[in-house]
Amino acid sequence: MWKWLHPYAKSEQAFRLCGRLLPWLSISAGLILGVGIVWGLAYAPSDYQQGDSFRIIYIHVPSAILSMGVYSVMAISALIGLVWQIRTATMAVAAIAPVGAVLTFIALFTGAAWGKPMWGTWWVWDARLTSELILLFLYLGVMALYQSFDDKQQGGKAAGVMALVGVVNLPIIHYSVEWWNTLHQGATITKFGKPSIAPEMLWPLLLCILGLALVSAAIGLYRFQTELMRREIHRPWVKALAGDGRTQENSNAI
Amino acid sequence: MRGSLQALLTRELALAFRQKGELLQPLVFFVLVISLFPLGVGPGPQMLQKIGPGVIWVAVLLASLLGMERLFRDDFNDGWLEQMMLSPVPLTLVVLIKVLSHWLTCVLPLLLISPLLAVFLNLTLDMYQALLITLLLGTPLLSLVGATGVALTTGLQRGGVLLSLLLLPLFIPLLIFATSAVDAAALQLSYNGQLAIIGALLLLALALTPFATAYALRVIQS
Repeated sequence: MWKWLHPYAKSEQAFRLCGRLLPWLSISAGLILGVGIVWGLAYAPSDYQQGDSFRIIYIHVPSAILSMGVYSVMAISALIGLVWQIRTATMAVAAIAPVGAVLTFIALFTGAAWGKPMWGTWWVWDARLTSELILLFLYLGVMALYQSFDDKQQGGKAAGVMALVGVVNLPIIHYSVEWWNTLHQGATITKFGKPSIAPEMLWPLLLCILGLALVSAAIGLYRFQTELMRREIHRPWVKALAGDGRTQENSNAI
Repeated sequence: MRGSLQALLTRELALAFRQKGELLQPLVFFVLVISLFPLGVGPGPQMLQKIGPGVIWVAVLLASLLGMERLFRDDFNDGWLEQMMLSPVPLTLVVLIKVLSHWLTCVLPLLLISPLLAVFLNLTLDMYQALLITLLLGTPLLSLVGATGVALTTGLQRGGVLLSLLLLPLFIPLLIFATSAVDAAALQLSYNGQLAIIGALLLLALALTPFATAYALRVIQS
């Protein structure tokens, strides 16, 4: 059943697949995110209580959702890398981590900017804020661990172990800080039966989430391609890709 | 099997007790950090009692991190770890023995000196009782989870700072539940719930982390 996946464990095949997917992903990401952002920021009705400042939701919520979504993608590829010993999967861990870290940072930053007019303070030690901050630390830990290995093969595996340890801990951390302190408003759109947000505000938000997901996927794939090339720089397929003459120069430079 | 595990434990303990200086360092660090707090926030007994549990727990986290760095380093450098991977004893059990001996030699002294610190920070008897129970349940959890992080950073040159970046976020739930248990004790409330959660976390760690640590050791050895 999974046989069709196996060729992509080879780095060259994975590279070509990314190359084929990348233009489609980038174009659709740009279109959908563009429509969502413009609709949300310019045309959606303003909130009766928060006025126009609620519009930061169109950046804050997508990045917060994706900061967690990207972590789970990273953990899944770490699991694949460790269980089935697929090298490309551990490379994906290293490629994905910075994307997630940036999303987490955006979520924290926009959250602080939203908190100032609404709660009157940049930062409170509220459960969701705290667990988002810890998520950022977990991402930074994975990245730092990967960076500090000279042997990237080893580093990828170690970062994978760390990502998995983090994913086991995330729910524990989440609930522990939840019980510890809560001020943040409840989730508005997970209750799909009856969302507590007006549909004309909800649609641009969903578009923004989808668009940012596609953007993250595109950036993740691009980084993955770069990672593949960097790790396999001495392999014939990378040399063929870069053109023979230039490869000579590159290897001299390195 | 039992014989070899016992031999391992005696080896670990003997090694630890022959380096008495290193054994004392985390202890002195622990007492020092805690005595800095009254100097920093003022000697008011009420204030000290309020921040006491949190201060002691944070100091325990830092002190155990300090002692943990060495957990696998010497064995990794002199090749003993590689021999252990080749031996018929499962690596997970070796890891457990090392964690146990680390707990006995580095963490137990912290618990033994904690009455003194309870006096320093003006904790009541109820609070001290709760603190001791949370320390007894929580510190083995620290050592077990910590071992995984240590194993990941053992072969690296500057592992120390990286180790705290990796581990401290993972210790947050323990810190929250432990200090909330002591706070509950200060208000004469029951704190069985917090203890139950710490106990559950300990069992989870006991079941999972030896495998993660053993795997990490194999990764850095390869």
